[in-house]
Amino acid sequence: MYTTDMTGKKTAQPVAEDPARVAAFEARVANDEFIEPKDWMPEAYRRTLIRQISQHAHSEIVGMLPEGNWITRAPNLRRKAILLAKVQDEGGHGLYLYAAAETLGVSRDEMTEALLSGKAKYSTIFNYPTLTWADIGAIGWLVDGAAIMNQVPLQRTSYGPYARAMVRICKEESFHQRQGYEIMMHLAQGTPEQKRMAQDALDRWWQPSLMMFGPPDDKSPNTEQSMRWRIKRETNDELRQKFVDITVPQAEAIGLKAPDPALKWNEARGHYDFGEVDWDEFWAVVKGDGPVAKERMQARRKAWDDGAWVREAARVHAVKRAAAKLAAE
Amino acid sequence: MSDASKEWPLWEVFVRGKGGLSHRHVGSVHAADAKMAVEHARDTYTRRMEGVSLWVVPSAQITASDPGDAAALFEPAEDKIYRHPTFYSIPDHIKHI
Amino acid sequence: MADAPPPLAACALRLGDDALILGQRLSEWCGHAPAIEIDLSLANVALDQIGQAAHFLGLAGEIEGKGRDADKLAFHRDVMDFANCLLVEQPNGDFAQTVARQFLFSHYQELLYAALAESKDARFAAIAAKALKEVKYHATLASDWVVRLGDGAEESRARMIAGLDWMWRFADELFAADEIDAALGLDKAALRSAWDARIDAVLADATLERPAAHRPVLGGRTGRHSEHLGHLLSEMQFLQRAYPGAAW
Repeated sequence: MYTTDMTGKKTAQPVAEDPARVAAFEARVANDEFIEPKDWMPEAYRRTLIRQISQHAHSEIVGMLPEGNWITRAPNLRRKAILLAKVQDEGGHGLYLYAAAETLGVSRDEMTEALLSGKAKYSTIFNYPTLTWADIGAIGWLVDGAAIMNQVPLQRTSYGPYARAMVRICKEESFHQRQGYEIMMHLAQGTPEQKRMAQDALDRWWQPSLMMFGPPDDKSPNTEQSMRWRIKRETNDELRQKFVDITVPQAEAIGLKAPDPALKWNEARGHYDFGEVDWDEFWAVVKGDGPVAKERMQARRKAWDDGAWVREAARVHAVKRAAAKLAAE
Repeated sequence: MSDASKEWPLWEVFVRGKGGLSHRHVGSVHAADAKMAVEHARDTYTRRMEGVSLWVVPSAQITASDPGDAAALFEPAEDKIYRHPTFYSIPDHIKHI
Repeated sequence: MADAPPPLAACALRLGDDALILGQRLSEWCGHAPAIEIDLSLANVALDQIGQAAHFLGLAGEIEGKGRDADKLAFHRDVMDFANCLLVEQPNGDFAQTVARQFLFSHYQELLYAALAESKDARFAAIAAKALKEVKYHATLASDWVVRLGDGAEESRARMIAGLDWMWRFADELFAADEIDAALGLDKAALRSAWDARIDAVLADATLERPAAHRPVLGGRTGRHSEHLGHLLSEMQFLQRAYPGAAW
């Protein structure tokens, strides 16, 4: 769920547009038609999409780092290959999403600069450190679990390139959550040290996972517009509840316990009741004060800066060879 | 800051899923030249045995029809139903037609 | 398999360790490469190498017949028992240094697997035949980058020269033949001229010269490694060492 709107304020309405065109556009979207890159669209729709898709892409790319932290220390060859393939997939998903955003008239370099300058946001979840191997299990199980919940409906989102990227992503991600849960399962059934590791990871990742669904609905001013535009299909609170209802029994099945004293099945509602999320923590992390936010941005900045001469070299080489080819003709 | 002219150009990627099928658009990659575009397309879009052949085309080289012309371009075909086999009624007992 | 001659197990270990250590090194790039597309390429090469390592180490354990599987061999041996060449354990350095290592090694690995695919030992031949397709691509990919960086910008050229210069002293070890390789009917020295021709052709296209000859550094095959390998292993083997007997 890297698509949560984290601006926390209402998006400014754009310049006046032809009401007839806007109405026709709204009607197409309401009719579940797909909008394609060259179609006319309201400026606010375009801007909201660029923000949401690029934020989603950034989250995939920054999200490579916490898990990447354990590739070289994976406990056996099978786990090493799985983890590397998974983190690689995330890079691919970032790439698909950047490409989808590029169809809206923004370049990947521009989006990258926005991320590195701190102007663009990415999912808060990746600002927490991965301390033990169990964190790799917890991320696959909880973080990917939460992501899938939001991404599956986005396969039918109104913007064609975004929807198609999501179809591909959902197909590829189907193994991610399962491998995470499998890791947790092995740990929970393992030695006492491993079980402790698993519970500790659940304790640390539970709240940040709930935060992935974004602020409560009454603090999410753009929800209504985004739902009307079919770029969001369920509200933050609905998805959060769904996540808790699905995840709690999964934890219990392997003898782990979600760290929330208020967690209790509510027969009348047919849902779990759960404690209030620490929203002060959430907003602090959104503003860039996550525990390892600086490290994450430092790593991305370093990769970008260190790679500059490589990207430049390939560009110069291509120009050189094209010129040589032309001269030879 | 970013300079659009310094960015590797964008290429559209088409994959043939298996022999006998057409190449289908699957997405895009950035690459400095055509050879690199093929390598990037291979490493990005065929990691799960998705294809047996790749095409890459510079995105800037694609000319698309204008959505504003869609009605003029495509709707006239709607009433040419005589181009479809179901337009002709043939009795059921006539075979192989 | 208990009565199989030990040199065959040693052959499989060399092949498996080369792939394992190179795969480990390449996986360090994940999330940090110069462009997303390059990140994906490097991860693909790493995954191929890790897969090959699992096969060859599995075979080594099988031939040895002491109940050690690929993981036991990968995660429970110390530096002196690793038989990889020194080239693959060299640090990634900058992207040019990584490309230089991959370039020199992949062409060797491709020639080696091509020879191995013809081996009388069907087990080795089967793994090599499958892996050959993978490493052919690695060699192409690495060569293309040598050309781009060598015949690219001024900075990339200087870095490519430095990368090749760092790696060059480990090239001779790749072709050093001994009685262990002979057990498999492998003549590594015979691969040298084909390798030289390939390397020279790519360097010419990249407008680069061969690095100046240094005294070759040898020893990896007999456990005499560089200082780098111990650190690589301490990271790679951490969980298995810290939690003996645990299953993951």
